[in-house]
Amino acid sequence: MNPATVIRTLVIIGIVGGLELACRTGALPHTVIIAPSAMVASIIETLSSGELNGDMRQTFGAVAVAATLAICGGFVLGFLIHMSPRLRRAIDPLLGAYYAIPHVAFYPVLIVIFGLGAGPLIVLATMLGIVAMIIATLGGLDRVPRVLLRTAKVHGLSPSQELFLVRLPAATPHLLSGVKLAFSYSFIGVVAGEFILSTAGVGHAIAFSYDNFDNYRMYGLILFIIGFVVVVNTTILFWERRMVARRGTR
Amino acid sequence: MSTAVASTFATRWRDPLIVLAVILAGWQSLNLWGGDNVMTSPVATVRHAVELFGQSRFLPHLRETLTAYFVALAIAVFGGVSFGVLMGAHKLTGEVAEPIFTALYSIPKVTLYPLILLSFGLGIQAKIAFGALHGIIPIVIFSMNAVRQVNRTYLRTARAMSLTPMQTVRHIIIPATVPEIFSGLRIGVSLTLLGTMLGELFASQRGLGFLLMTAIDIHDVKTIMALALLISIFAVLVNSMMLAVDRKLHARL
Repeated sequence: MNPATVIRTLVIIGIVGGLELACRTGALPHTVIIAPSAMVASIIETLSSGELNGDMRQTFGAVAVAATLAICGGFVLGFLIHMSPRLRRAIDPLLGAYYAIPHVAFYPVLIVIFGLGAGPLIVLATMLGIVAMIIATLGGLDRVPRVLLRTAKVHGLSPSQELFLVRLPAATPHLLSGVKLAFSYSFIGVVAGEFILSTAGVGHAIAFSYDNFDNYRMYGLILFIIGFVVVVNTTILFWERRMVARRGTR
Repeated sequence: MSTAVASTFATRWRDPLIVLAVILAGWQSLNLWGGDNVMTSPVATVRHAVELFGQSRFLPHLRETLTAYFVALAIAVFGGVSFGVLMGAHKLTGEVAEPIFTALYSIPKVTLYPLILLSFGLGIQAKIAFGALHGIIPIVIFSMNAVRQVNRTYLRTARAMSLTPMQTVRHIIIPATVPEIFSGLRIGVSLTLLGTMLGELFASQRGLGFLLMTAIDIHDVKTIMALALLISIFAVLVNSMMLAVDRKLHARL
């Protein structure tokens, strides 16, 4: 193993162990933070009790819908925008400024339009994720090496063959980083919305536990959400790396 | 000459202006479809936004938000640049810390807000900490990459010309890294605003986010729209100014 990985593992173990020790000895009061071991125990307890199954279903369902909409919609829109240079020039300033806008400020507007429930959450999360996918699709299609397209022409591929056999596979690593971002943003959108104002969902359960000083459950849920996102992102990242390594290009 | 300039200006901005017009038309039709209870029209929203500035109860909230934002930004910029430069300059530190920061970049940091609230209390400090937490991570990552990607030839040239360390920093390191660091700052500026706003929307007693939440409670659509518009205009203005500087800096390389 390379030394950086060893040191990083030690640093993480040190932080988690230090936190555990500080919490167990009472150096950090349990009204502020609880020990990592207690967080894990809380995750197991909450998941096995099944009390939050409904909230989990709402959150993961909303994320699944929003991420699917963002990824598929972003891919199709990115593809269409790529075909029309004029449309692209027109929309470019919008794409550049898009992530500067704090979208959560529009969550109240969405609640007014769609009512409370999963509707405004899905819209907010899709809005957040879709543009990352559009930008990644544009970037991926831009960077397809010319030589591949010329080879396709030499072999006399039809436009659809060229698209599915050459262009899209060549763009896949970029598309995957778009998928990763779109998923993260969808998750952030749903959880942030639930956290601020909602009647159900894991984000709401965290806010509810906070309001009731139920740190045990709250920290369990926080760790659960963060752990879930990290696992999904790492999986996509490894897939992406393998693909880049196989191609030998970026 | 001047007609040429005017015509390039026109072709450059005509299409984006059409996009803006389409957005405004969509907004207006939402208003026509749902009425003022769903969405106020663009004109009424702008008028209300201007009115807000005349209300004496509005200004303290605006000041609170701006104070929190700028303090958070200062922390994110100084902390982010100095830590990022350190990580870029010292190879091992960079390799150890980079995956941790990229993981932090993508987690839903909003779930960490209760931790911030419990550590910093309900006042302005929690908002500042949360804003800085959002902004600092991209600044660290970009600054680190900026330092890492300094062309080795430049440094060897500096040695060949026997520049002092101070001269190397002044004439080589700073000009070579500033464009990339600035790109990080642009993202950090946006994310700090997002973090500060998130902090104000949840468990806050003052600030624009608090006004938004009270407006929801009394179903005051006009105020919600006006505040969302003001925040967006601020964000887009700052972003486009920084984007212009960013492009100029990168063009010089």
